[in-house]
Amino acid sequence: MSTTVHKKPPETRRYRAPAPLGGRRNPAIGQRRKNFQALAFLLPALVVLGAFTAWPMFSALRLSFTDASGFGKEEWVGFENYTRIFTDPVIINAVVNTALYALLFTPTAVALALALALLLNDPRLPFRGFFRTALFLPFIISLAVAAIAWAYLIDPQVGLLNYWLGNAGIRIGNVLQDPVLAMPAVAFVAVWKSFGFYMVIFLAGLQEIPGTLYEAARVDGAGPWTRFRHVTMPMLSNTTAFVLIFALIAALQAFDQIYVMTGGGPYGHTETVVMQIYTSGFRKLDVGFASALSYVLLAATLLLSVIQFVFFGKREREGD
Amino acid sequence: MSTTLHPQLASRSTGTGTRSTKRSALNRALVVALLALATAVILLPIAIIAFTAFKPAAEVNAFPPTLIPGQWTLDNFARIFQELPFARLIANSFIFAGGVTLFALLFDSLAAYALARIDFTGKKILLIAIIASLMIPFQATLVPVYQLASELGWVNTFAALIVPRAADAFGIFFLRQFFLSLPRDLDNAARIDGASEWRVYWNIVLPNAMPAVLTLGVFVFVNNWNDLLWPLIFTTDREMGTLTSGLTLLTGPGGIVPYGVMMAGALVAILPLAAIFMFVQRRFIESVATTGLK
Repeated sequence: MSTTVHKKPPETRRYRAPAPLGGRRNPAIGQRRKNFQALAFLLPALVVLGAFTAWPMFSALRLSFTDASGFGKEEWVGFENYTRIFTDPVIINAVVNTALYALLFTPTAVALALALALLLNDPRLPFRGFFRTALFLPFIISLAVAAIAWAYLIDPQVGLLNYWLGNAGIRIGNVLQDPVLAMPAVAFVAVWKSFGFYMVIFLAGLQEIPGTLYEAARVDGAGPWTRFRHVTMPMLSNTTAFVLIFALIAALQAFDQIYVMTGGGPYGHTETVVMQIYTSGFRKLDVGFASALSYVLLAATLLLSVIQFVFFGKREREGD
Repeated sequence: MSTTLHPQLASRSTGTGTRSTKRSALNRALVVALLALATAVILLPIAIIAFTAFKPAAEVNAFPPTLIPGQWTLDNFARIFQELPFARLIANSFIFAGGVTLFALLFDSLAAYALARIDFTGKKILLIAIIASLMIPFQATLVPVYQLASELGWVNTFAALIVPRAADAFGIFFLRQFFLSLPRDLDNAARIDGASEWRVYWNIVLPNAMPAVLTLGVFVFVNNWNDLLWPLIFTTDREMGTLTSGLTLLTGPGGIVPYGVMMAGALVAILPLAAIFMFVQRRFIESVATTGLK
């Protein structure tokens, strides 16, 4: 490529072969060459990300101010779609439900993950590898498939778990048709799927805590609870913050198991924001409104990501 | 170490040692019991899938319900081929998840190489843009991506399923971090020998980054294989669905849910992932732990 730029005949290039070591005579040409090379490497990814992430971001923003329906001409409607999000009872319900889902899912998943990570953290524990693998296993199973299995387990007529709990004197009835229990049930399926993933992150965090800290605490006469409270928790706070926010972001995107188990019912008690994006964007073809809803989801996610970024930045600055 | 130097101290410490060893052995047994219980609860849905798949219909809907089939049958597997275009769904899942994985690994690693090894103009800005787009949930751009795909006439084709995911910010970032950790001496040596950037990428950096590439590959494959919303939106034709989206077709509103058939389908949907997982689990879990992302 650079041969066209150089006036000299190509043979002279042979003498300049180790150029990266000695440096080129004209840095501008070297830089241009590097830019071309980088572009060649970046082009496929940039085309894909540009067309299917960057452009849709702008497109969604524009659509969110229109009454687009996928057909015909769309009219500019200003902030109407956004006002609707905060006035339409169906949407408010979905937003409240998503928050409720996040409140049910996040602390449960994170606490369970932390508790099991603490139990698994003993290197001399028998079957440690087996437990770690078994508890992580749900992570590779799709929420849709897990939802089918759980729906069968808690089926009011033929559900095995329902039957066992009934024998133990706990009557849960028709959970998925129960306005109070349906949401905890779908949140639980997500806990089941993802806690193993968070547990593994906690385990890595626990392994980074230097053993000398525990020895020092023991010398000072600290019992297991004091050691947990004053060594483990503070040393694990960054990991905990990371996992918490990560779980919150995941909670905002709740869809799969709800679609399979309840379809948003009973009476909208498990409708979430992403369920509404799906319904309005792809069922009712209310594209403009779905775009506005998407932007609200995006804003919430970005807010959480920024908080996470600040936490991580802090850790980097403090040099861990 | 101190045992050889101070016999007195040593005997005392072994004395407390046995007592605390006994106690910690008891503790450990308790922990194992607790973990065994937790594991049993966690594995229950997987067990119900595996066992129900082989149950005759009468047992599936029998009361009181049982876990293990009294009679084993393959009826459910035969029936799922009648209820759904099941062979097509399996093939579609492999083409979709496999296609996305192959393209994403290639395109992500190419871009990651440029970001890790070539000093080009605007590198910092591009890196920031990529990190920023990590935060965009795909649900947020679903509507315009669908519109674009439909304008291109891609709905109900593999192009719509695969092309929008042929590169992703997370993969680029993940691989870039790994490439940066590889010693530069290796590729500089090759450059001095006259190797082009392409050769350095293909013959030196990529082979040395295989652990990271494989981990990312498993991630991408599992995520796409399991995704419900994506195939649900881009395929309206039953013949173009994936295993995950196809199975949900059986949960019709109202009617009796054919649990036995669904569990057979679910088992088939889980098996390839379980196989991959068994193969790579140690490395996979460890890299999940260290990267702690997605």
